[in-house]
Amino acid sequence: MTKMERAGRYPVEFNLNGEPVDGFASPRMLLSDFLRHEIGATGTHVGCEHGVCGVCTVKVDGKAVRSCLMFAVQAEGAEIETIEGMAEADGSFSALQEAFHQNFALQCGYCTPGVLMSLSEFLGRNPDPTEDEVKVALSGNICRCTGYHEIVQAAMDAAKAIREGAA
Amino acid sequence: MPQFAVPEHAEEGKFVGRRITRVENITLLKGKGQFVDDLPTKKGTAEVAILRSPHAHAEVVSIDYSDALALPGVFAVITGEDMLAETDPMIVGFENPIDYRGVALDKVRYVGEPVAVIAARDRYTAEDAMDLVKVEYKVLKPVIDPVEAAKPEAPLIHTKGDSNCVSRRTFTHGEPDDAFAAAKRTNEITIRYPRNSITPMETYAVIAEHMEETGGFDVTSNFQGPFSVHTVMAMALRIRTSALRHHSPTNSGGSFGSKLTIFPYVVVMCVLARKAGRPVKWIEDRLEHLSSANSAPNRVTRIEAAYDDDGIVSALRMEHWDDHGAYLRAPMPAPIYRMHGVSTNGYDIRHLEVVNNIMITNKCPTGAVRGFGGPQLYFAVERMMQVIATELGIDPLEMLRRNLIKAEQFPYKAIAGALIDSGDYHRTVDETVDQGGLEELKKRRDAARAEGKLYGIGYAACVEPSQSNMGYISTLKTGLERERAGPKDGAVATVTVSVDALGSVNVIGDSVPQGQGHQTTLSQIVADELGLRPHDVVVTLDTDTAKDGWSIAAGNYSCRFAPASCSAAHEAAVKVRTKMARIAATTLNVGVDEIEFTKGKIHAKSNPDNAVPFYRVGGLAHWSPSSLPDEMDPGLRETSHWNAPELTPTTANDEINTSLAYGFGFDFCGVEIDPKTGQVRVDKYVSAHDCGTILNPGLAEGQIRGSYVAAIGATLMEEFKYNEEDGSFLSGTFAEYLVPTAPEVPELTLIHPTPNPSPYTRLGAKGIAEGNQYTTPVCMANAVADALGRKDVSTPLTPSKVFEWLHDTEMQPKGATPPAPAKGKGQAIEGVGETLVPASPQEVWNILLDPEKMANVIPGCHELTEVGSNAYEAVVTLGVGPVKGKFDAKINLTDLDEPKSVTLSGTAQGTLGSSSGSGSVTLEAADGGTRVSYTYEVHLSGKVAAVGGRMVRGAARHLIDRFFKALVRQAGGEDDGGGGKRGLFRRGGS
Ligand code: FES
Ligand code: FES
Repeated sequence: MTKMERAGRYPVEFNLNGEPVDGFASPRMLLSDFLRHEIGATGTHVGCEHGVCGVCTVKVDGKAVRSCLMFAVQAEGAEIETIEGMAEADGSFSALQEAFHQNFALQCGYCTPGVLMSLSEFLGRNPDPTEDEVKVALSGNICRCTGYHEIVQAAMDAAKAIREGAA
Repeated sequence: MPQFAVPEHAEEGKFVGRRITRVENITLLKGKGQFVDDLPTKKGTAEVAILRSPHAHAEVVSIDYSDALALPGVFAVITGEDMLAETDPMIVGFENPIDYRGVALDKVRYVGEPVAVIAARDRYTAEDAMDLVKVEYKVLKPVIDPVEAAKPEAPLIHTKGDSNCVSRRTFTHGEPDDAFAAAKRTNEITIRYPRNSITPMETYAVIAEHMEETGGFDVTSNFQGPFSVHTVMAMALRIRTSALRHHSPTNSGGSFGSKLTIFPYVVVMCVLARKAGRPVKWIEDRLEHLSSANSAPNRVTRIEAAYDDDGIVSALRMEHWDDHGAYLRAPMPAPIYRMHGVSTNGYDIRHLEVVNNIMITNKCPTGAVRGFGGPQLYFAVERMMQVIATELGIDPLEMLRRNLIKAEQFPYKAIAGALIDSGDYHRTVDETVDQGGLEELKKRRDAARAEGKLYGIGYAACVEPSQSNMGYISTLKTGLERERAGPKDGAVATVTVSVDALGSVNVIGDSVPQGQGHQTTLSQIVADELGLRPHDVVVTLDTDTAKDGWSIAAGNYSCRFAPASCSAAHEAAVKVRTKMARIAATTLNVGVDEIEFTKGKIHAKSNPDNAVPFYRVGGLAHWSPSSLPDEMDPGLRETSHWNAPELTPTTANDEINTSLAYGFGFDFCGVEIDPKTGQVRVDKYVSAHDCGTILNPGLAEGQIRGSYVAAIGATLMEEFKYNEEDGSFLSGTFAEYLVPTAPEVPELTLIHPTPNPSPYTRLGAKGIAEGNQYTTPVCMANAVADALGRKDVSTPLTPSKVFEWLHDTEMQPKGATPPAPAKGKGQAIEGVGETLVPASPQEVWNILLDPEKMANVIPGCHELTEVGSNAYEAVVTLGVGPVKGKFDAKINLTDLDEPKSVTLSGTAQGTLGSSSGSGSVTLEAADGGTRVSYTYEVHLSGKVAAVGGRMVRGAARHLIDRFFKALVRQAGGEDDGGGGKRGLFRRGGS
């Protein structure tokens, strides 16, 4: 890989929720900043910028990733999914969003995009989890409002709805 | 299907009391929320970085930011000098020696205090510029503990005064001296309540622009109120309050009190925007938030009780040392005064003495944190109750029952002035005990104890105040001072309901939500009054001080919403309804009393077919003023400025009804302590809250569960730690300041007791969001005390602390003076090691004493100059974890014993903090060259210390590794990429 200049700006292109997007980033620009401020996809939030809170979680090539721990230039050519792409095509809530809605699983909603991205990856891997498994899957997402109880309930409800929908 | 603990309870056809799903979710769940940093800014808006103090207490000798300003893309830099020239001090409610302007003036007084503020084209550039600001400090001795700070020999933090105690008042209610003299028994304990904050996921955010037209500023921030502080900001900026136009956005990512003290940053950003000649935007980062945003005051309380053989308490005496850190920011020291009226909690205690010492120390200034003064107070009172019960051999629950206010005593005038509106405490306790399974829990405890396990049960009760009296802070003044200043009381809430030309309904209000679902609740209330459905009502709660109705009490704090904003919404809706009923009565040709609003229609009660659609009546008020009844104003827009007459000013003898409505909470829990680790395992936790009428059970339950988990954090893990010696801050990341995550939360058994609505609020609702902040820390502490048979317990109940108690279960002797604070563990990093360098001792010695060669050996070294005999100065760039910065280092070599040994000592100063350290190096001829052995000890402060020992230790080892690799290379050996002769290299430990 060629060495990048600190002050330089480099073109970055990837697919965001299935649509191609592009912009310019300095080598040290975080993916979270690039999404929010270059692309204008502000649904992904930041809460700590040191990899602990999970607020910035997005999916990169199907894997849940902390976008504050990744540089924008590293996302070149990737498939990135964010909260903006989660609803159904007609704009209605996905099963996971609907379960959050019905369970009062969000308050300020600041942590929610990260929580939803983590859970969507997790439920993809584990469609029939126990409550304890959900809690462990959430251990990298801090929520200061809800107390997690409703989030866990919502994840259980969503898993069930997805299973039943797929059956 | 969702499972909930709080049931729905609604009148037929009504929405208040129903679990209506939140309208807020529609955007939030799709990532379309509008938080400050999501809003578009004007082109050319600068981004801001703040250089902060690495020292807890130091004189600022000089600041040179010329290099920073010269960096391309940097627009402006401000320091204390600009603040001094362009602002007035940000005042609090009483006279004191503090001159606070948001940026350090002559001295820095806590780690993290702003020193220089930089506006640049983007944050990255602003942070680069930060590294180029040179600040010279003269370090002073700090004081961290509030009791120590009160001593005459303590370093004086604000030198215009003569003590670090900036206010001391003694309150006497009833006849405490007589009661103590007459009492059969007395007992006393001392409590140390730690520092913490609920640290919202969204940090502070401010956008500010200078407006030439008004000479003022346009600001958008996630400030939460109270808007009384708006006047403080405008006065500091020397502008009219109306020229400070403040917007709060639709969404705010949690606050829990903390977004009150964003206001000093608003003032600073305004000054910076004017100097930069463009709008500026500052988004606080997490380290800034943890180190410098906000904290609840830590407090030392000496509490003494007088009681009889049955445990009936007749009097309490309390002396508080309330630690507010380096500065007071309005409305501080409010937390301690907010609770003054309920100093006796929910107990029928008729004699009271309270001494409040408001203390200044070298820590982050305090602000609001959910619970606002309650956790500190109730920890003392509820521990006292348990200590007395233990002494007398009474069941602690029986002890509570004997002292709680009785149902027939409500409304109850507490001795310090709270007019406790309603409740049935004994019934709430009974229901909780029955439904929560206390008997079963006791059996579990007995069984566990029979097996030799450390098991305890704890109880805690609390009065939960909601909607603050704006006059309570005046209680800090003497009666005479209050008289001079004029009366302060009440708490006005403002909500406007309007109906437009097509009959659609719009609501705006002053409640500034941060996720509590206010839009949903207000839509329920207004829909009920107007016979509509909640989604027919559009509620908009972003605020604009230039256009919206607001008063000084506006904002979201101290459980204000349910009693205040909901009452105002109800009153405004009733006004609209009354007006529409008059119009409809004319149209329908019936009396106004005959009119009802149901399902979008306005009709006669006795004949529902005699009806007119809601929208048509709304339209008439706009399209045809001439058809309105006589003397009726056209249009349909009604504003309520709601205030409760019960919120009276402080009386001459210092009684104050601190809040309007008072809920009641009661918790019990069982814990087991692991004797091997000190871990507190919560076996069962039961909590009940009577908050009067429940407006939306889904939202109410969310508030209780959220408060519970925040309280679990405060009880078991969270604490802002400072080094007691040098005042450095040690909790700067979420890896150091631990907060609960999903797997760590013990399950909550939530009981819904029979509600006792408030007679003083429109809908009977009381606040619900703070209850577990009050009960949970002391409930668990009581359980741990019960398990260990220990009198002196404190939060957080971390395993290491509990483990220490396991080996020291002595009861504290009666009448003990406040214990000396535990010395914070220093952040010293120590290590030893050795390596083999392929050169003779003399050759190695020559390298060590040759500045040019050493410059190649020291990691990150740019320049090394000899400034005296065996004295050097160096510029080095070093990084630790997520932070990296430039340091100016001074190094001295002493005890030179050529070519055998030398001692190195020195200091390093940089934007990331400062460090001092020493080490000794011994050279010894060995097979294949020289064995270099070394020991070192390094002390850190500032950002490097705050991001945590763990990372720093690793980094230190890594640096030393690099140093010796380079030394081997310099001595002509091979750098094999594997650490020289790695076999001989022993890593330093700590
Ligand atoms: S912002 Fe990325 S983990 Fe916290
Ligand atoms: S909903 Fe506010 S942080 Fe999770």
